[in-house]
Amino acid sequence: MQLHQKISAALNMATTAGRVGLVPFITAGYPVKDEFIKVLSEICKDGDVVEVGVPFSDPMADGITIQRSSHSAIEQGVTLNWIIEQLAASDIDTPIVLMSYLNPLLAYGYEALAADAAKAGVCGFIVPDLPWEESEHLRAALDTQGLGLVQLVTPATPEDRLEMLCKVSQGFVYAVTVTGVTGGGHSMPPEVVDYLDVVKHHASIPVCAGFGVREPSQVAMLGKHADGVIVGSALLEKIESGEDAAAFLHGLQG
Amino acid sequence: MNETLVNMSDADRAEHLRKLIAGEYPDKRGRYGPFGGSYAPETLVTALKRLEQGIHEFLADDELQAELRRELKDWVGRPTALTHARGLSKRWGADVWLKREDLAHTGAHKINNALGQAFLAKKLGAKRVVAETGAGQHGVATAAACARVGIPCTVYMGAVDIERQAPNVDRMYQLGAKVVPVTSGDATLRAAIDEAFRNWVADPAETFYLLGSAVGPHPYPWLVQVLQSVIGTEARAQIIEAVGGLPDIAVACVGGGSNAIGLFHPMLADSGVEMLGIEAGGRGPDLGDNSATLAAGKPGVLHGTYSMLLYDADGQIQETHSVSAGLDYPGVGPEHALLKTIGRVTYQSITDDVALDALRECCAFEGILPAIESSHALAGAREWAKENPGKRILIGLSGRGDKDMPTLSKHMSFRDAAE
Repeated sequence: MQLHQKISAALNMATTAGRVGLVPFITAGYPVKDEFIKVLSEICKDGDVVEVGVPFSDPMADGITIQRSSHSAIEQGVTLNWIIEQLAASDIDTPIVLMSYLNPLLAYGYEALAADAAKAGVCGFIVPDLPWEESEHLRAALDTQGLGLVQLVTPATPEDRLEMLCKVSQGFVYAVTVTGVTGGGHSMPPEVVDYLDVVKHHASIPVCAGFGVREPSQVAMLGKHADGVIVGSALLEKIESGEDAAAFLHGLQG
Repeated sequence: MNETLVNMSDADRAEHLRKLIAGEYPDKRGRYGPFGGSYAPETLVTALKRLEQGIHEFLADDELQAELRRELKDWVGRPTALTHARGLSKRWGADVWLKREDLAHTGAHKINNALGQAFLAKKLGAKRVVAETGAGQHGVATAAACARVGIPCTVYMGAVDIERQAPNVDRMYQLGAKVVPVTSGDATLRAAIDEAFRNWVADPAETFYLLGSAVGPHPYPWLVQVLQSVIGTEARAQIIEAVGGLPDIAVACVGGGSNAIGLFHPMLADSGVEMLGIEAGGRGPDLGDNSATLAAGKPGVLHGTYSMLLYDADGQIQETHSVSAGLDYPGVGPEHALLKTIGRVTYQSITDDVALDALRECCAFEGILPAIESSHALAGAREWAKENPGKRILIGLSGRGDKDMPTLSKHMSFRDAAE
């Protein structure tokens, strides 16, 4: 099995069990650098796949929560090197997807990154500032290790392009629910249901809905039209206020 | 990629230059050789394609282009003058000419781009314009252009820049723009661009992002070059008319690089014209003390383009320093990255103090108060003149220094106290 197929398999298992797949996101080393693996282990209890954010100085697709967590992590000295070392030394067996803007990956070097990430238990990457047309070099390196590159689709993506992205995505298709940055408001636009049905129609791998997911009712609603949900900013806000992250995630699944 | 750049043969360099001159760059993928491209979030991919299509229609629309030319003449005040700098010529032992973008409406070259893009926004049916600004010149130009064409506008400006360019903030308000302070990141131009992108991502269908420099994802670097090339096209014709020949060198300051690309691009084919871009050397050569991207940077991706960039070993973008807000940016336009790589343009840096000294000299001997940004070009030209006596030098005087009075008062009083 290729590494990216582990992601799809984990989400398919949730579907088979009659659950909505859960993909929690945390910024690595936030709020406290030394507690990275502890926090990650907590969210792995309910996460079918976990998304680990590599902090970047200029997160232009992210809202204030992830801007804040990224800034704090950088201040504490969290780097991509460090994250990969920590993951490699941990015994986490939940499939991990690394979310990173492109420049930290460029600075690391694609070939070394693919080799080191695969050894550390990473199964795929999400790169919000790397549209498919620019992804050739990174994909070539990731392919050598069977690592996936998850494609994002958005409500602003025309259907022919959306169909293409669903075909080439690996692990899952990341269906952005809103036109905007991460961590948005509390209401999902009603047309999100039709949009997710279109994504689902074109995808042969699991579809996960993300951006602005905060409430159990949203998870239940999105779960009828997608295989999984991604929860990032809302989870980070719970973690930074000292609330029980595992209980919050557990509660989301109703 | 680094090795490819270092090992580029002379034939490769010549071929890149040929393609640039022939208009084959940016190519279909928005690239200038290895640089450029479109590293934008998926939400913006379709908006950027629509923008590119819109630019082609806009450039082919003869009626609209004629209207834009009329506005450039009657409202902006173009062509701007080419002034023979008699005082500087005598002092430097050179023949110095100033392309006076400081005389353009709103006080800098920024208006050329802002007006053109505001026309484009109207044509594309945008409901609102967002823009970023560093020194405030692009913000003021955008506010004025939007008022002129009748479209609401919001300007994002770093909190640090709001403080050091206070007069421009008030001008933007008077011109009807909404100014939003940006406190995230380094609270300067780079953070303002991040925030403008975020705002655009929220409404890509009806918002037009009026980007102020030759940076960003394709097609922006190209669009800005096309709109700013009026500088070099005019200057070339004016100097030929004045002296019957071309300059030995053209000099311009480079932050993101819009005024420099506007001056240089129309003269790239004139092989006898040397070109010199001057970056902000800030307090000195250490990382974080300057904004000398081309001198100290390496290839990377920021704000949607692959170009030279100041970042650390972990890929984090570095905070920069310059006394001039307009040059205080860790990246540079992809066309400049190529021009440096192929050696068509030489890039050097000038420190804060030397730039301020050149500013005073221009005030005292030409009766012109240049922007601190433009003063970097003056200082760079002065140093070049020392090594190359008796040459004809064309300097892009990108803007006027009125907006810099708070900074100048501060630096002058420091100096007076020291003396």
